[in-house]
Amino acid sequence: MTQSPLVATPGQTIGPFFHFGLPYDGGAELVPAGRADAIRLTGIVYDGSGKPIPDALIEIWQAAPDGTVPRAEGSLHRDGWTFTGWGRCPTDRTGRYTFTTVAPGAVDGATARWFSIVVFARGLLNRLFTRCYLPGAGLDDDALLASVDADRRSTLIATADDDGYVFDIHLQGEGETVFLRFPAHLD
Amino acid sequence: MTTPHASAPAGRGGLSSQADITAEIAALSENYLESGATETQSRLDYPPYRSSVLRHPTKDLHHADPEGIELWAPVFGQRDVAPIESDLTVQHAGEPLGEKIEVTGRLLDGDGHPIAGQLIEIWQANAGGRYIHKGDQHPAPIDPNFTGCGRVITGADGTYRFMTIKPGPYPWKNHYNAWRPAHIHFSLFGTDFTQRMITQMYFPGDPLFALDPIYQAIRDQKARDRLVATYDHDVTEHELHTGYRWDIVLTGSGATPMEEQL
Repeated sequence: MTQSPLVATPGQTIGPFFHFGLPYDGGAELVPAGRADAIRLTGIVYDGSGKPIPDALIEIWQAAPDGTVPRAEGSLHRDGWTFTGWGRCPTDRTGRYTFTTVAPGAVDGATARWFSIVVFARGLLNRLFTRCYLPGAGLDDDALLASVDADRRSTLIATADDDGYVFDIHLQGEGETVFLRFPAHLD
Repeated sequence: MTTPHASAPAGRGGLSSQADITAEIAALSENYLESGATETQSRLDYPPYRSSVLRHPTKDLHHADPEGIELWAPVFGQRDVAPIESDLTVQHAGEPLGEKIEVTGRLLDGDGHPIAGQLIEIWQANAGGRYIHKGDQHPAPIDPNFTGCGRVITGADGTYRFMTIKPGPYPWKNHYNAWRPAHIHFSLFGTDFTQRMITQMYFPGDPLFALDPIYQAIRDQKARDRLVATYDHDVTEHELHTGYRWDIVLTGSGATPMEEQL
């Protein structure tokens, strides 16, 4: 079998008709809302004219509160007890997504705590990756934040509210979110 | 529809014509060929796909070395997906209409290693080109025996296999008389989260390829070809169904960067 590098298959838009195929009951509830340490992570996805996008799909992938990486299956049929670390939420008519989860811990000796986020939408020809950092201590030593221009850094940092965190995503324009390219992504 | 093809712009509800879109596609293709660059992915900024105009970032994507949780992928398994979910033809009381097909292939990473035990999800239109979605109201019939979504967990050698119906092409409102080539949407995970992606698999020889601004948003012909399945008579089964083969390659994992391996 060949071990030579292969070129990746191109991505394409999720299109307008994903709602019957991808979202599922419990997709956005990584933990039950009644759990003592449950938080809400919510935000609105905006287009370049500042209008909310009602047909985006947001996925989060995160560590447990103690910083361990979840290795359990069961995200598609949650049992209410096992934390799998991954969730999926389509935006609603107002462009809003809302997850019920727990705050991620810092992984592998890092100081900053963050969610990995991937964004899909009708009109978006390939997925976009970003990070949602929790505000507070630990951000000063983060290499990625340090590499982002100071005036755009805030697009990667959530705002705390009474129930958890708010993280809006701007695909374009005023306050455009910093989206990431990883070394293995050729273009 | 009896609307003549050459109707005036007013008769098209202000939409561009296919000729306009085709000319835009040709101009962007010419730019690409002149640039001498090699693209492998869809352009995010591709105006012939009108919905992309306000939905692509205008700033360069920011270089990031994957860290922490990004170096891992969520785990899926038998708790998540029942074996029957990979057969889209048995989800209802009767048999769906249309050409029954098997779609099979392997899920690989950028080094050619199989991605085993990972989740693949698909969704698609029925044989008449109609989606089970309130947003699809064009006059083609719903098939009561076909929903059009499935899931599978890849095998130890990265193999996946779906039994389904060949989807029909369908109209959309990007421009006047716009039709999407027949396709199946695929949602894919790798061994780290930076490999997460969604794409569309097409069928060989589709006459709509040249006209479609989503397919053409991949400006490189070789890259576009990577989304087209191959008819495989060894997958076809006597008196049962025809067969298509389509292998999927995800980007390299964070553990094995590929930046020097163009």
